[in-house]
Amino acid sequence: MLKKYIKLSLKVLLRHKFFTFVSLFGISFTLMILLTTTAFLDHMLGPAYPETKLDRSLYVLDMEIKGPEISRRGSISYYFLNKYVKSLKTPEAVSITSFFQKTVTYHDGKKYKIAMKFTDAEFWQIMDFNFVEGQAFTKEDVTNINQVCIINQATKEKYFGNESAIGKYIEADWKKYKVVGVVENVPIIRILAYGDVWVPITNTKEDIVSYSMDGDYQAIILAKTKKDFPAIKAEFQKHLDQVEFQDDTYDSIRGGADTILESTSREMFGFDDSKAHLLFIIGIGLMILFMMLPAMNLVNININRIIERYSEIGIRKSFGASSITLVGQFIVENIILTLIGGFIGLIITFIVLTIFNTSDIIPYANFVMNFRIFGYAILITLLFGLLSGVYPAWRMSRLKPVQALQGGTK
Amino acid sequence: MIQLNNIDKVYATNTIETTALKAINLHVEKGEFVSVMGPSGCGKSTLLNIIGLLDSATNGEVLIDGQSVQKYGDIKLAKLRNQKIGFVFQSFHLINDLSVLDNVEIPLLYRRMSGAERKRKALAALEKVGLKARTKHFPNQLSGGQRQRVAIARAIVGEPELILADEPTGNLDSVMGAEIMDILMRLNKEENTTIVMVTHDEHLAKQTQRIIRLFDGSQVG
Ligand SMILES: Nc1ncnc2c1ncn2[C@@H]1O[C@H](COP(=O)(O)OP(=O)(O)OP(=O)(O)O)[C@@H](O)[C@H]1O
Ligand SMILES: [Mg+2]
Repeated sequence: MLKKYIKLSLKVLLRHKFFTFVSLFGISFTLMILLTTTAFLDHMLGPAYPETKLDRSLYVLDMEIKGPEISRRGSISYYFLNKYVKSLKTPEAVSITSFFQKTVTYHDGKKYKIAMKFTDAEFWQIMDFNFVEGQAFTKEDVTNINQVCIINQATKEKYFGNESAIGKYIEADWKKYKVVGVVENVPIIRILAYGDVWVPITNTKEDIVSYSMDGDYQAIILAKTKKDFPAIKAEFQKHLDQVEFQDDTYDSIRGGADTILESTSREMFGFDDSKAHLLFIIGIGLMILFMMLPAMNLVNININRIIERYSEIGIRKSFGASSITLVGQFIVENIILTLIGGFIGLIITFIVLTIFNTSDIIPYANFVMNFRIFGYAILITLLFGLLSGVYPAWRMSRLKPVQALQGGTK
Repeated sequence: MIQLNNIDKVYATNTIETTALKAINLHVEKGEFVSVMGPSGCGKSTLLNIIGLLDSATNGEVLIDGQSVQKYGDIKLAKLRNQKIGFVFQSFHLINDLSVLDNVEIPLLYRRMSGAERKRKALAALEKVGLKARTKHFPNQLSGGQRQRVAIARAIVGEPELILADEPTGNLDSVMGAEIMDILMRLNKEENTTIVMVTHDEHLAKQTQRIIRLFDGSQVG
């Protein structure tokens, strides 16, 4: 029976070339958007090189400080993070880093623009970088303000070609740094890890020792397990209550240790927790809606495709097709169509991601279509196939044969 | 073969009610060739659709082979249509996207049968209507008379006991109409198929065994 349905479906699909084409186009396009978006989100917010421990990481990225005259929101001073975050007892490790900064450097008379990042030793413990050569710099390097650096592979190739870079020097930010390690490239959407050159944070020209609340630093907290998140958050809030303001610029501080999702929502929607939650849900809802639009369109195309065949349905019913048989046939037809469309969509997505990965639109991007996304894709495709197949087929099956026949001749 | 008891059919739309059939009582014997006549809008098609289980009556009872179908569900009705009835429509109602052969095979798709068997039967039916050379054509590549012959092949391919033909010659000129009539007469004589045919053509109607006349939804003779 199924074989008969499949044969019939293929025949019908080949005969309705235009509709088949439009449907396939709709399906593959919808899927491509869905898949690219998920790949993007996955790449940005899911665990990926080098942030593989994302699921047990918390971030202090977005603090709000207020004084009688000014208030500011965003990253904060090294002094604050060092005193109130680094001192947390519950986490396994805490790292403080600067945001990456673009600087111009010269090497062999050539000018290069590189992204430089100041980090501590814990950064290399929390992140899971793949070292091509050498290793990370140590706590001692940071304490002793050693002028050492780690560079990524792209920079290494630009500066030193195929030779080993270890022990060679790079000039950046008016200082000479000795290369101690080379790591695989990090894509820019991994914004907290991204850089071309990483140096010990103590090398910064800024004063990071004296009291100050203003600064462009952030902290990443690695919990021993995910279960410790509430404890860490609570401990951090306690520390916040104890902050001592040493001058009159600021007198209050708000913020939290967030998961990557929480911090994304906080950045987008602000601090008020209940409001933030609501807005976050609305935001996610809008995003889903945005992704559903092409899907709804697809359903529409499908419904029309079936409605166009009123008269065929009337004829088949007249000659002995029961409603169930017809519904079955339309479902099989739709599943076949969606699977083919899904397959094409996967190929297109693959091409699109490859273009992203190989072009310079996003530096060092490495979008992957992992099996999880592939699985989602197949599921989503089938869901659409059923959604857009079952509903119109069910509606049609309720028609008397004579109604369908008349609908066809009208 | 067919028994109609006190059949009423009322079409109700939001604004008006149309009584298409009033208190129809009808009996058709197995092997009979009956024609239905009457002015346009008197309810001939409605009657045929009710006999053919394509539509349901508002009141009354339909018996096919002594079985009342009033309480039959969709699957049972579909099976009856498939096994016992073959339709021929005035406007042919062929599926334009399917070849002649595929069109003729339609009733057999809803039976347990191998593809080869289906094809063999469809070719035999096409041979009976003299269209064996046109199996790979599509309906829009055929003349009106040829299309109606495909439709007849489709109606007889499942060897039904009853053929319902709604103005089968209505869209054809008199020569082609006569050809179609010949095929139906032969079916009735040689295979003892019961036929109910709606027609406006007195000349054709006279060739059948009995004429049922309708006027304004009621039987008048
Ligand atoms: N689906 C419908 N909804 C409402 N009224 C209908 C419907 N189908 C038919 N009618 C009405 O029922 C009456 C009988 O229609 P029917 O088609 O049976 O006539 P007919 O005798 O076959 O006419 P013709 O010779 O023109 O084919 C007509 O008045 C028609 O307008
Ligand atoms: Mg009529």
